[in-house]
Amino acid sequence: MIAIEGVGKTFQSRDGDAVEALRGVSLQIRRNEFVCLVGPSGCGKSTLLRLVGGLTLPSSGRVSIDGTTVAEPRSDTGFVFQAATLLPWATILDNVLFPARMMGVLTGAHVERARELLTMVGLAGFEGKHPRELSGGMQQRAGICRALVNDPDILLMDEPFGALDALTREELTLELMRIAAERPKTILFVTHSIPEAVLLADRVVVMSPRPGRIAEIIDIDLPRPRDFDMEARHEFQDATRRIRDLIFGSRARRAA
Amino acid sequence: MRGKSAALRHAREVFVPLATIAVLFAAWEAACRFFAIPAYLVPAPSAIWVDTGKLAGPVFHHTVATTVTVLLGFLASFVISLPLAILLTTSPTIAGVIYPLLVLTQSIPKVALAPILVVILGANELPRIVVTFLVAFFPLVLSVAAGLVAVPPELIELGRSCRASRWKEIWRIRLPYAVPFVFSGLKAAITLSVVGAVVAEFVNADRGLGYLIVTSTAFFQVPVAWGALIILSLMGIVLFQIVVIVERVFFPWSLSSDRPGAS
Ligand SMILES: Nc1ncnc2c1ncn2[C@@H]1O[C@H](COP(=O)(O)OP(=O)(O)OP(=O)(O)O)[C@@H](O)[C@H]1O
Ligand SMILES: [Mg+2]
Repeated sequence: MIAIEGVGKTFQSRDGDAVEALRGVSLQIRRNEFVCLVGPSGCGKSTLLRLVGGLTLPSSGRVSIDGTTVAEPRSDTGFVFQAATLLPWATILDNVLFPARMMGVLTGAHVERARELLTMVGLAGFEGKHPRELSGGMQQRAGICRALVNDPDILLMDEPFGALDALTREELTLELMRIAAERPKTILFVTHSIPEAVLLADRVVVMSPRPGRIAEIIDIDLPRPRDFDMEARHEFQDATRRIRDLIFGSRARRAA
Repeated sequence: MRGKSAALRHAREVFVPLATIAVLFAAWEAACRFFAIPAYLVPAPSAIWVDTGKLAGPVFHHTVATTVTVLLGFLASFVISLPLAILLTTSPTIAGVIYPLLVLTQSIPKVALAPILVVILGANELPRIVVTFLVAFFPLVLSVAAGLVAVPPELIELGRSCRASRWKEIWRIRLPYAVPFVFSGLKAAITLSVVGAVVAEFVNADRGLGYLIVTSTAFFQVPVAWGALIILSLMGIVLFQIVVIVERVFFPWSLSSDRPGAS
């Protein structure tokens, strides 16, 4: 469904230097597949996500969704950013409804759906509150509801749990798996946590830096539904070890 | 506990300035009497009160006239500054055209401009409103424009990801974000509006507190001029406080401490 074909991206900095963030990246993502992107900082994960989302355009190659080249953000794509980025002056409900309002499609059904989503993530009763009255984890949940309010086919998540504590993180990971099971979506998910990637993904894309490329793609054969008990399984352990080796090199692991 | 300390703080916020002013007036009165300063130089507060009180009716009408000019000039500043700031921040080309013109309007001495405006626009309220506007609008435009461009890039990106049109981005993201900036501009504008209205009345008016100051000093009614001056200061304070209250009541989030531009 998502086709990334020979994509390169070079940024021109103000002082004339060129930063090659991505080179020759090719990746096919099937409908309703859950793909995680991992890799060291600066290897172009966010850039790749933004290319798929139409927030930036590739310098070379092509990104297409169902055969259509992505040239601008699409209405069937939802974003979850690393920070919750809620509008501080709007209520939680209005924040969740924001994409529908921006696209001019807001209906009563959206309001109903927004309330359902908020209830699902445990934010019932907070509809009328403002973001500053919520904890970081609650704000991030609201951000996830916002990405889901238009019921997008594609969900792009850039380290959505990065700023959260371990407990909230596990809770939201489970929630995300439940959402993905309930209403299947194509999800591209960036994370720094290897166990999180293995637990969530059908396939983990490991990237390497300077310039950003795909180092390897690893299939995760764990059955669904998944939970944290699976971390004990040998498939899980093998996959995490493999990814760790790819990122840090096997020598670094032995030294540790 | 918190309620009590808040009430205490409020009381202090009101009481301390009032007490300061009372002490100031008392010292002024005492100095005038002790040094026997003649009333045509610096009148004592009691003399100001008595002389101005004798003209209570006309003074009231002058105050209303000035208030009307101030408010209309302020309104004009608000109505014109907002779209102007949006224009300035949306197109570099337009900004390149408008900015020099704006600076030009600020470099012209308003007192010199006022009589010319009377020739062009006639001896009525309009030139006074224009002068008030010209004095008041500039800082408002600048602070609104500053607010519109201070929006964090994440929020703009959020808008883009939701396919927000240019107009919706301004209306739903940039303007709400700029509210604290708008209000700091409005606070400057309301104070300057009082200044502008008086300048206009000095040059062209048959009523208003500025006119009253000119005529009463010409006829050696110095205490009345001082009375008008005090009324003008009070008007400035009251109008400023109204702006503060409007912000507190309608935009409470704009005062939360973690936002820039919040006062
Ligand atoms: N707008 C930009 N202008 C210039 N350079 C950029 C821009 N965005 C990203 N880069 C550069 O591209 C490279 C990849 O950045 P990117 O944000 O995609 O990395 P990342 O893998 O998401 O890193 P992290 O894990 O730290 O978030 C970096 O070297 C970065 O400096
Ligand atoms: Mg990133």
